[in-house]
Amino acid sequence: MSAACAPAIVVDHAGQSFGGRVIFEDVSFTVATGEVFVVLGGSGCGKSTLLKQMIGLLTPTKGRITVGGYDVVERVALVRREIGVMFQSGALFGSMTLLENVMLPLVMFTDLPARARAEIARIKLAMVGLAEAVNLLPSEISGGMAKRAAIARALALDPPILFLDEPSAGLDPITGAGLDRLILDLRATLDCTFVVVTHELQSIFAIADRCVMLDREARGMIALGVPRDLQQSSTHPTVRAFFNRDAP
Amino acid sequence: MTAVQLEVASEGGGTVISLAGPLTATALAPVWTRAVDAARRAGDGLAIDVSGAELIDTSGAALLLALERDHSGRIEWRGLGEKPAQLMARLRLAVPEGVTAKVPARTVARTSVWRTFLIRVTFFGQTILATASLPGKLRFLRGGNFFRLVERAGTQAMPLVGMMGFLIGMILAFQSAIPMRQFGADIYVAALVSLSLFRELGPLLGAVILAGRTGSAFAAELGTMVVNEEVAALTTMGIDAETMLVIPRMAAAMVVMPALALGVDIAGVLGMGLVMMILGFPPSAILNQIQMATGPYDLLLGLFKAVVFGAAIGLIGCRAGLTAGGGPRAVGEAATSAVVGGIVVTILLDGLFAVIFYRLGL
Ligand SMILES: Nc1ncnc2c1ncn2[C@@H]1O[C@H](COP(=O)(O)OP(=O)(O)OP(=O)(O)O)[C@@H](O)[C@H]1O
Ligand SMILES: [Mg+2]
Repeated sequence: MSAACAPAIVVDHAGQSFGGRVIFEDVSFTVATGEVFVVLGGSGCGKSTLLKQMIGLLTPTKGRITVGGYDVVERVALVRREIGVMFQSGALFGSMTLLENVMLPLVMFTDLPARARAEIARIKLAMVGLAEAVNLLPSEISGGMAKRAAIARALALDPPILFLDEPSAGLDPITGAGLDRLILDLRATLDCTFVVVTHELQSIFAIADRCVMLDREARGMIALGVPRDLQQSSTHPTVRAFFNRDAP
Repeated sequence: MTAVQLEVASEGGGTVISLAGPLTATALAPVWTRAVDAARRAGDGLAIDVSGAELIDTSGAALLLALERDHSGRIEWRGLGEKPAQLMARLRLAVPEGVTAKVPARTVARTSVWRTFLIRVTFFGQTILATASLPGKLRFLRGGNFFRLVERAGTQAMPLVGMMGFLIGMILAFQSAIPMRQFGADIYVAALVSLSLFRELGPLLGAVILAGRTGSAFAAELGTMVVNEEVAALTTMGIDAETMLVIPRMAAAMVVMPALALGVDIAGVLGMGLVMMILGFPPSAILNQIQMATGPYDLLLGLFKAVVFGAAIGLIGCRAGLTAGGGPRAVGEAATSAVVGGIVVTILLDGLFAVIFYRLGL
C-alpha cells in the first residue's frame, strides 16, 4: 500500500479532444489517499472521459495523470493492480452469473481453491445487497442490481483505489443511501480511495470530501473544493445553481 | 508481498489457529483450505489469533467468517483490531443464513494443457504471431470455456455437415456420371468424387459451414462484449482480453475443423455410394475404386488444410468482433465481415495450398 497522505491520484493539466473537438482542457487536481473524490457536471461534459483517462483506457491528448504513483500511460500495467472500476453501463459479463462475474478476477489473479473464491465472491455480493441473486445472469436482474453487482466485481480484489461511474443513478433513494454507507465503510475499514461520478446532491454531501465540477461550455473545470464550501461561497452561476437546486 | 503464515497449535486441551501476514485475496491461497479444515476439526475451545495479521481486507474477513461458520463451537478472537472486527460485523449482517452460492461446475481449460502450444495472437496486419507468450499470460486462459466452444462449433454443427456432405456427394456423383457414362467410365466416378471430397471439398465445405455458423458467432459475441464495455472492463482488471477470449476460440475452431471436414468426407462418400448403387454398381466395386484412387495421405492432407482453415476463420471472426465500433449496428457488421472474410481467406489459402502441394509433389 502507498504511504499515507501521499496523493493517490494526480491529474495535471489533462485535456481530451476527439478529432479536433475539444471535450475539456486544463483539468488539474489531486486526490489524497483515503479520500472520497466526486466528479460532477452536466451530461456530456466529459466525466466518463476523464474517468477513462484515469484508468488508462484513453490516452490524454494533453497533460499527465498518475494513479497510485504510476503514470497511467507509461506504467498502465502497474496502475491496473491498484484499481477497481465500475463502468457506467455496469459492463457485467453476459455469459456468467453474478457470482462468476465477481469470481473472475479471483480466478485470474489468485490461486485460491474454488470454494474459497465462491465464498469471497458471495461476501462481496452480500456487501452490495445481492446475496440472494448470486446465481442469476446479468440478463435476469434489474439495472440497479447490475450496478451493484458491478461494484462488487470492482471490489473483488480489494483494490486500494476505486472508480465508480454513476453508482447510484437509477437506484431508489434507500438503496442509493446504502451504497453511500458502503463507500464510507470501506473507506473507514480499508482506507480505500474513491473517485465517484455522481449527480445526487444528497450523495455528494454524504460522501464527498472534495469534488471537481466539469462544464461543457467552459470545456474544463469550473469548481474544485469541499461541497459545502462551494454551495455557500462559489461565485460561478452554474456551480451555485447546481448546489442550491434543493439544498438539504 | 510477504506470504501468509498459518500455525495450528494445541493449548491446554483447546486449539489455537494463528494467522500472520497480509490476509488479502492474492495472498490467502496457500492457507485457506488448511485453515478451514483446522477450524472444522477443532473441538471446544478454539482460539483464533490474528495479532500477526498486518492487513485484513474483505477477502481476509471472508476467511475469518468461513472459520467461524465451519467451527461448531465458540471462538475466542485474539488480536482482532477494531476495524477488522467492524468489517466482519458488517459482513455478518449482509450475508443471510442459508443462501449458498453454487460453485459453477464448468470445465475450464487447464493451463497445463496449453503449455505445449503457447500462442499469442496479434491482430496487427491480421497476422498470426505464434510466439511463445509470457508465462504470466497463461493464467488468462482460465477464463475461457474451451469445451463449451467446441461443443457449439463442432457437435452442434454435425447434422448440418452430414446433410450438406451427403447432398454434395450425391449431386457430384450424379452430375459426373452422365458425361462419364458416354465413355463407359462411370465406375471412375467413385474415385473422382472421393478424391475431390478428401482433398478439396471436405475442408472447403467444412470451412464454409464454420465461417457461417461459428465465425459469425465469435464476431457477434465479442462485438457485443466490446459494445457493452465488457472488454474495457477486462482490460482495466488487468486481464489480457485477447488471451482470454481469442486463444480458446481459435483453438476450438482448429480442433473442430478437421472433424467437420471428416464429417463432410464421410457423408459425401455415402451420398456418392447411394447414387452409384442406384446406377447399378455393387458396393464392393465402389469401395475398391475408392481404395485404388485415394490413399490415407489424401485424407490427412485435407485434414491438415482444415486445421489451417479453422485457425484463419477463428482468428478472423474474433478480430472482426474485437475491432467492432460502437452501437448495435457494429455487431451486425462484425458478423458480416467475419463470414465474408473467413470464406475469402479460406479460398485464398486453398489456392496457396494447391501451389505448395504441387511443388512438393504431394
Ligand atoms: N470515443 C469517443 N469519440 C468521440 N467522442 C466521444 C468519445 N467518447 C466520448 N465522446 C464525446 O465526449 C463527450 C463527453 O462524453 P462523456 O461520456 O465523458 O460524458 P459524461 O460527462 O460522462 O456524460 P453522462 O453524464 O451523460 O454520462 C460527449 O460529447 C461525447 O460525445
Ligand atoms: Mg458518463
